[in-house]
Amino acid sequence: MQLTVWTYEGPPHVGAMRVATALRDVHYVLHAPQGDTYADLLFTMIERRSARPPVTYTTFQARDLGGDTAELFKSSVRDAYERFKPQALLVGASCTAELIQDDPGGLARTMGLPIPVIPLELPSYQRKENWGAAETFYQLVRALCLPLAPPPGTVREPRSADRRPRCNVLGATALGFRHRDDVREITGLLEQLGIEINVVAPLNAGPSDIRRLGEADFNVVLYPETASPAAQWLQRTFGQPMTRTVPIGVGATRDFIREVAALAGVEIPPAVLQGDSRLVWYSRSVDSTYLTGKRVFVFGDATHAVAAARIASEELGFKVVGIGTYSREFAREIRDAAARYGVEPLICDDYLQVEAKVAELQPELVLGTQMERHIAKRLGIPCAVISAPVHVQDFPARYAPQMGWEGANVIFDTWVHPLMMGLEEHLLGMFRNDFEFHEGAAPSHLGSTTARANPTEVVTAPAVVELQSQSGEAASEPQVQPAASGPTWAADAEKELRKIPFFVRGKAKRNTERYANDQSVAVITVETLYEAKAHYSR
Amino acid sequence: MSGVVEHLVPATAVLPSAPSIRTERGQREVFCGLTGIIWLHRKIQDAFFLVVGSRTCAHLIQSAAGVMIFAEPRFATAIIDDRDLSGIADANDELDRVVNQLLARRPDIRLLFLVGSCPSEVIKLDLSRAALRLSRSFEPQVRIRSWSGSGIETTFTQGEDACLASLVPDMPSLPAEAPTSLLIVGSLADVVEDQFRRLFDALGIDNVGFLPPRNSQELPAIGPQTRYLLAQPFLADCARALEQRGAQHLPSAFPLGAEGTMAWFAAAAALFAVPQERFDAVMAAPTARARAALQPLREQLSGVSIFFFPDSQLELPLARFLSRELDMRLLEVGTPYVHRSHMAPELALLPADTVITEGQHVDNQLDRCRASKPGLVVCGLGLANPLEAEGIATKWSIELVFTPIQGFEQAGDLAELFARPLTRRNRLVV
Repeated sequence: MQLTVWTYEGPPHVGAMRVATALRDVHYVLHAPQGDTYADLLFTMIERRSARPPVTYTTFQARDLGGDTAELFKSSVRDAYERFKPQALLVGASCTAELIQDDPGGLARTMGLPIPVIPLELPSYQRKENWGAAETFYQLVRALCLPLAPPPGTVREPRSADRRPRCNVLGATALGFRHRDDVREITGLLEQLGIEINVVAPLNAGPSDIRRLGEADFNVVLYPETASPAAQWLQRTFGQPMTRTVPIGVGATRDFIREVAALAGVEIPPAVLQGDSRLVWYSRSVDSTYLTGKRVFVFGDATHAVAAARIASEELGFKVVGIGTYSREFAREIRDAAARYGVEPLICDDYLQVEAKVAELQPELVLGTQMERHIAKRLGIPCAVISAPVHVQDFPARYAPQMGWEGANVIFDTWVHPLMMGLEEHLLGMFRNDFEFHEGAAPSHLGSTTARANPTEVVTAPAVVELQSQSGEAASEPQVQPAASGPTWAADAEKELRKIPFFVRGKAKRNTERYANDQSVAVITVETLYEAKAHYSR
Repeated sequence: MSGVVEHLVPATAVLPSAPSIRTERGQREVFCGLTGIIWLHRKIQDAFFLVVGSRTCAHLIQSAAGVMIFAEPRFATAIIDDRDLSGIADANDELDRVVNQLLARRPDIRLLFLVGSCPSEVIKLDLSRAALRLSRSFEPQVRIRSWSGSGIETTFTQGEDACLASLVPDMPSLPAEAPTSLLIVGSLADVVEDQFRRLFDALGIDNVGFLPPRNSQELPAIGPQTRYLLAQPFLADCARALEQRGAQHLPSAFPLGAEGTMAWFAAAAALFAVPQERFDAVMAAPTARARAALQPLREQLSGVSIFFFPDSQLELPLARFLSRELDMRLLEVGTPYVHRSHMAPELALLPADTVITEGQHVDNQLDRCRASKPGLVVCGLGLANPLEAEGIATKWSIELVFTPIQGFEQAGDLAELFARPLTRRNRLVV
């Protein structure tokens, strides 16, 4: 058992949903209790998808457990097939259904559906979301492509000179961190190199596209977290080599171009290698001097964390003081990177441990996930988000890739903006950092500040200021002061006013006073407050 | 001299004219009871909620909470892993370890709930025994109780029901000869609770307790002279537990809208024989304010048709309010579960031809919804954007649970929640 406050990754069946939702004409029947349908809102709310994920849940209840949950599963499969007419069906169990051992794969196979049925075995009590996505994509690719595979040992024929090189672009899923825009940026770059895009998958691919994967000369792996097992299988089965470089940052994009050109056997036009990222000049311009040696802490999925550390160190002149990931599957990559920067790697999915690390290191900038954004906010440290888990803010309306030249521009802007704000915040902090703010207001789970003298002390002060201003504007607004000649507030009305959320409290106060003035009310009572509310809501 | 207040609605079972209820089964698009933790942990300010479950449970609460609102909230999940399932680790020892770890970290906690989940139910991890065992180590500093928010047993707001029911045995006892007391049951926003207290004071009813209390140390007392009045419509188990302690149900419509709130206070006033004159005097100003606030919204919403997907069990009282006070047209009122006797006063007020669906088959219901061409759909977050993309106006139902909507002063706010999606559509020209 593990005590968990926030999780970086969902369960593995959510990873499967990310693949299913990215695909076209594929449906996923998930044996799951009622409540597991919450996962739909990840896609419809966070990603603002305009269609429901293609997932049917059996939503069994306690009373079904005594009866026939297997039959419930089969009828769900039948209904889903008839209603949605998919070209391939994924079937599996969520954590609870895994315990009741109905064997969805076996059940679905006996039903004789005229489409491929792909059973997913996703051990919920061992594995997590990214693993689930990778496994799902691999199982799907394997099931659809195996019938088309050449006999084992077949040597791939070299591409004939009159055909342009072709590649697949693998790994982009629904709910991915900037996947939509990365795909656009990188397919554009590949086309500039004269490389044809055979299939992009899973994002927007259908089963018929997946079946064509073997026709490419090589695979571009954008996100090893989701695409590695499938790409490795394609390499073994179809002899397709795969890329290793993830093109995030100017240097990595150049490396990627070289790697891809070598795999494709094409010349690189010098202009393409040079690229047109503004990061290069912006970083060299004098106003970037103040970025020099800024201490940054990097945390995220391994791919984004490794890329961010390289950009921070080589392209912005920061100093990497810590690097970590929540994906244990990619611990080695992070350990290698940590060794390069001479820091200790943090391989951990315990949010509180990450927070303790940030507090200990006191970086000047945190490059992390939405969770580190919260940590940084509490500790008063600027932060930029570089990786999933995602938040509605990570699906901007504008084009905002992380990869390629435009990705480097986006990264420059995203990382530098909080720093300028950061300076302002420090100034504000200096003058708000009054001794009075210390009293008993430390973050609750860190214990009382007075009880311990520790390295976090320096950073607790700004955090305290923020906590107070968040937890109740009342603190910074000790008395409701009436206008000089206006009505006065009765104590109970004043108390009532504080119960109104702070972001509308000012308006409520002004309206009430205006109303009291108009009505010649000298003392504002609770009644007046609500009379005014009623008056202005008309 | 006028008489005392009488009950505005009959307390007896469904009237002959009340609408019939159709039951449906299939895929449910609803939250499980764990979701209630999101508001309960704000309401009971010294309580901590430890879900004993899977990564899915942790992910659900985190996602439903609008993704990470509070830096370290008073809820967490003890995630069961392979070692617990395979018997390598003893699940009870593991739980003890996690609780010790948690309480060491949070010395401010006075009440710890062990919250059961689907996996903990299926592997039959007995959390009530675990709570007893752990209580022996931690009481009196920390009380440890348990309830289940599992999806196999609870739908969304039933989590609050289970949580409140788990508190009932701890409520202090009132002697049989104690004077009549009133107990208001169900989480209300603090501002609403305070308004209600003032109105009870003004009516001269001062023997009023609220469950849940804001602080776990302040559980109201209960005895055979206690009458409980439900502020929320989803409290079947809690009501049963209260009755086991001798309290009796005071039936009423729910305090949504001016009419519902008036009926609700009238039920209490009748119990305490409040003079009609005094009742009218106390109710006059807030009722007038509520009616005035509703007037412009009624102009906007009158005749607009509305379709409810099941969510919180608030659907029947909301439908009654929207139909009677705002003149909206009810197409279908879906609700996860209808408690026939708690809902009797509401059913009596609904139009006799109201289509009520208990349970859910989400795909069939979506078909019916589209076919009925609704003016407004009330649904969960998984359905709202897809319906909007089809051109159908929606109101997210979860907002109805997270917003102060009860009482006279909030009647206008409640109506406005339904008007806003329509107002917005009228404004936008893109």
